[in-house]
Formats: sequence, structure tokens, C-alpha cells
Amino acid sequence: MTTTAGTRPPRSSAGAAHAAKRRGPRTEALWGYAFIAPTGLGLAVFYLWPVLQTAYFSFTEWGAFGGHTWVGLENYTRLIADPEVGRAMLNTLMYTALGLIGIPVAIVFAALMNRQGLRGVSVYRTAFFLPVVTMPVAVAMLWRWLYNGDYGLVNQVLSIAGIDGPNWIADPATAMYALVVVGIWSSVGYNLIIFLAGMQGIPKELYEAASMDGAGRVRQFFRITLPMLSPTAFFISIVSVIGSLQLFDLVFVMTGSGQSARANPAYSRLQTVVQLFYERAFVTNDRGYAAAIVIALLVLIAALTVAQFRLQRKWVHYV
Amino acid sequence: MSERRPLGVHAILAVSSLLMVAPFVWQIITSLKTLSSTTAVPPTFLPEGRWDNYAKVFDLLPFGEQFLNTVIMAAGRVTGQVLFCSMAAYAFARLRFPGRNLLFGVFLSVLMVPPQLFVIPQYQIMSSLGWLNSLQAIIVPGLFSAFGVFLLRQFFLALPREIEEAARLDGAGPVRIYWSVMLPLARPGLIALGILTLLWAWNDLFWPLVVNTDPEKMTLSAGLAALQGQYQTDYPVLMAGSLIASLPVIAVFVFLQRQFIQGVAHTGSKG
Repeated sequence: MTTTAGTRPPRSSAGAAHAAKRRGPRTEALWGYAFIAPTGLGLAVFYLWPVLQTAYFSFTEWGAFGGHTWVGLENYTRLIADPEVGRAMLNTLMYTALGLIGIPVAIVFAALMNRQGLRGVSVYRTAFFLPVVTMPVAVAMLWRWLYNGDYGLVNQVLSIAGIDGPNWIADPATAMYALVVVGIWSSVGYNLIIFLAGMQGIPKELYEAASMDGAGRVRQFFRITLPMLSPTAFFISIVSVIGSLQLFDLVFVMTGSGQSARANPAYSRLQTVVQLFYERAFVTNDRGYAAAIVIALLVLIAALTVAQFRLQRKWVHYV
Repeated sequence: MSERRPLGVHAILAVSSLLMVAPFVWQIITSLKTLSSTTAVPPTFLPEGRWDNYAKVFDLLPFGEQFLNTVIMAAGRVTGQVLFCSMAAYAFARLRFPGRNLLFGVFLSVLMVPPQLFVIPQYQIMSSLGWLNSLQAIIVPGLFSAFGVFLLRQFFLALPREIEEAARLDGAGPVRIYWSVMLPLARPGLIALGILTLLWAWNDLFWPLVVNTDPEKMTLSAGLAALQGQYQTDYPVLMAGSLIASLPVIAVFVFLQRQFIQGVAHTGSKG
């Protein structure tokens, strides 16, 4: 079929429109609905309807045997006064804010790798990307071991320099920072790939013109690369803020849940909103309250996304 | 002068690449140690060849079953998404029908919602179907993806129209055109979606953790989380388990590196 296509005269598009007309727009429309039906029904049943149900559940209280009764705004008034929710929100916001450090880190490494004719780039890229494809549960287990207070590699290395390292993820003073390092380690490769793709889209003429004017590499980086990359950086910051606000896997595996988690003295510094949601929804089966927590998360995500779109005028350059 | 600077760049990149990889090296070394030598100060760096740590993972967990569950779940989600998303994406990109833009907007709205909002009602559905602790439970909701429709629609829109119009002139209907013209042309897009779906399915924790609590029906990530809950400090066994669980996707990544990286780059290109 493709071979005949190549030999068709260019007028074929008018003929095709004619043929389509003959077949009738109604048939085409029916096929259109048929083609979107599987995904459409699946999204409706498993995604769209559940959102409405979750919103409804947030106004209910659940009994021990699964029944639920309407309680109005009670879950929300409880939520506002609940210190655990406030703490989880603060932890999550702190993780999100600190995680943004990963963006400049990724830009710097992408710029280093983006040099013309630099050999071995694919090896470096692979090394940076490995953590991205590694199962987060495995990542968390691995870092729990690296961070171990007595025998972890981090403290063993520090002891060479005579530093007596803390028990990183069990020490309230260090737990959050230790977690952020893992978060950046496992996401920098993803951001790097996107930035590299963005850098390849910057017209070479800009750099040529700049070096004719005598601008060195560093100057070119700040005057050309960074401004041209700002839309990419904006995209990454939207995506990573949304992702960070939903952090669960890393903390869940590093701290565990329930009794054993509470034994970790840093637990109250690490617990995230989604982790709290998990406990209310599936450990204590307080699903109405859990629904309210996750609606609050939705509001938080929406607010921060809107705020970023508002702020983009100040720093994002569109050509 | 100019030859010296790449050397500096190489030095920076090489050292940081080593730092990125070092945790994995330590993971492998630890997985081959005895429990008592993990507490050596200073640490020992030579692997000890204690392969029985790997055998122990299979004793402590129904690891074989969990491995199979994960493979089946990932294969099911990848097949379903590539098929269903490409169908919907083709319709949104090429067929004309009333309400097309509105429906596409509704599909996109799913992308805006954090996935935790779906979980409680999805759990209720699974529970009422009697599907808790089953393979269907971890596969079926993952067959549908608004992201996949969005990604593939971009691919279809970028394809030249001439070929399908020629096919239409030859009398091919929408199904023929979709199957024998559009799908082969959109192969890079299908591969990108397939790879991303594989990665996310294999590494998914929250949903499998919630819906399948019977160890025999768990996926690897939930099983590992459970293993860690029980054997908090048996690091050689934990490292062996986490290594075999994450290795399949790492292997796919190493073999399909170009496609993997293009797939990831695509997620950013239309932001």
C-alpha cells in the first residue's frame, strides 16, 4: 500500500476528501466514537467517576463495616485543626522546595554534556539515568543501608575525615535533608535528559554569533543557554513540584508505617501528605477523613501550579 | 588551551558519574556478604560470593510468584495501553465527530488530577467485584491512560496525511487505515509509550500495595516493602532482593537505551 502511495499524483488529497464524503461523515463519526470507547469508558469508570466519589466521601464518616454517613464539613474542620495534617503538609512543602535544587544541578550537568564532539557522553548519561529506572522501593532500601548510623557507607567514608556522622534518616535534624538528597539523586537523570533535548533545540547560529562577538563559554551559558532553556525549566519545575507533593514510596520504605514507623524519632519530620492519606484510608480505615486529606492535597497542587504559571512571566523567556 | 578544557569537563563528569553509580556498586557488594561482615569497621570492599543471600530471598518471600505477577501486570498494562490509547489517539487526531474537542478536554482533565484521588473508589470497585488479591485488580485500571492518548495523539498529528489519504482512495476504511497505515508509521511513539508504561508499571507501589495484600498476589515492589518490614537489618538479603527486583527494567533500559531516552524526552517536548 505504501508503494502505491508514493506514486500518487499530489491531487490525491482532493480525491480523498471526495471519497470520505462519499462514505459519509456519519460513518466516520461512528468510527470515531468506537475508537475512543475503550479508553473513554475505562477513564469514566476508573478515573472520572472516582474523583467525584472521593469528593463526596470527603463529606462522610465511615463506620467499622464500610457504611458511611453524611457529616457535612466535619472532616474539613477536623483537618484544619489536626496537627498531624499540618506537619505532613509542612514536611511535604519542605521536601518540594528543597527538591527544586535538583533543577540547576541538572542544567549544569546537561550543559557539560552538551559540548559538541565530547566523547563518552552516552556513558555519563547512562550513569545519571540508572537511578531513574530503578524501582523506588529498591532505591529507598539501598539508601536506608547507605545512611545507616553505625555501618552505613556514608558514615564510614565520613569517619575517614574524622567526622562522626549522625543516623541520617532517624535523626530529626538531618532526616529531611537526607531524603532530599535521595530524591535529587533519583530524578536528576530524568531532568537532565529533558534539558539535553531542550539544548539541542537552541539554534546554533546564536552561539556562533555570540562567539564572533567575543563571548566565552560561560557568558554564552548565561546569556543564551539559560534564557533559551527557561521554558524547559518551567516545565520541569511544574512536573517536579506536582511529583514531590505526592511523595510516598521513598518515605514509606525508609520509615515504614504504623508502629515500627513511629519508633523512628524522625518520623514526624518525614511523614508526607500521601503517606498520611495511606494510613487513614487503608490502615485505620478512616476513609472519609482520608478523602478530605487528598482533596486538600488537590487544592495545594492546584494552588502551587497556578502560582507558578503566574510567576512565569517574571523569568520564562518565550521566543 | 582549548584541549585542556574538555579534560576538566571529563574529570567533573567522570567523578560525578562514579558518585551516581557508587550506591549500586555498594548494593552488589553488600548482597554478596555475610551478615556479620556488613558490620565490619572499616568496611570490606571485596565481594565475598555469598550467593545464598539470593536463595534466601526466595525462601523468605514467594519471590517467584511475585516476579511472575509483576511480569504479567506489566505486560497487560503495556499491551492494553498501547492498543487502547493508540485507538483513541488516532480518532482524536484524524477522525471528525461531534464533541471531539470537548471529549479530548475531558480526557485531558484526568491528567490534571493527582492519582491518589482515584484510589479509594477504585478500591471499592475491586472489592465489590471480588477482585481484591487478584491479577485483574493490578492490571485493569492500568489499561487506560489519558497520558498515553495525549502522547500518541501528538505523534499521529505529526504524520503526513498523504499516505492515509491514498489508502482511503484505495477503499480502506478507518480500521484498515488505523491498523495497517497509522500504527506502523507511529511505531516510535508506540515504543515510547510502551517503555514508559513498562517502567511505571514495574515500579508502581501504591496501588498494588493497597489492593493485593496476600503475599502470593503481591508485586515485587510491594513484596520488597514487606520484606524490609520483617528483616529490617539483614542488609545482604535486602540488597539481594532489591537488586533482582529492579534488574529486569534496568536490563531493558540498557538494551533499549536510545528508545528509552527518546521516550522520556517526549514527555517534556510538548509541555
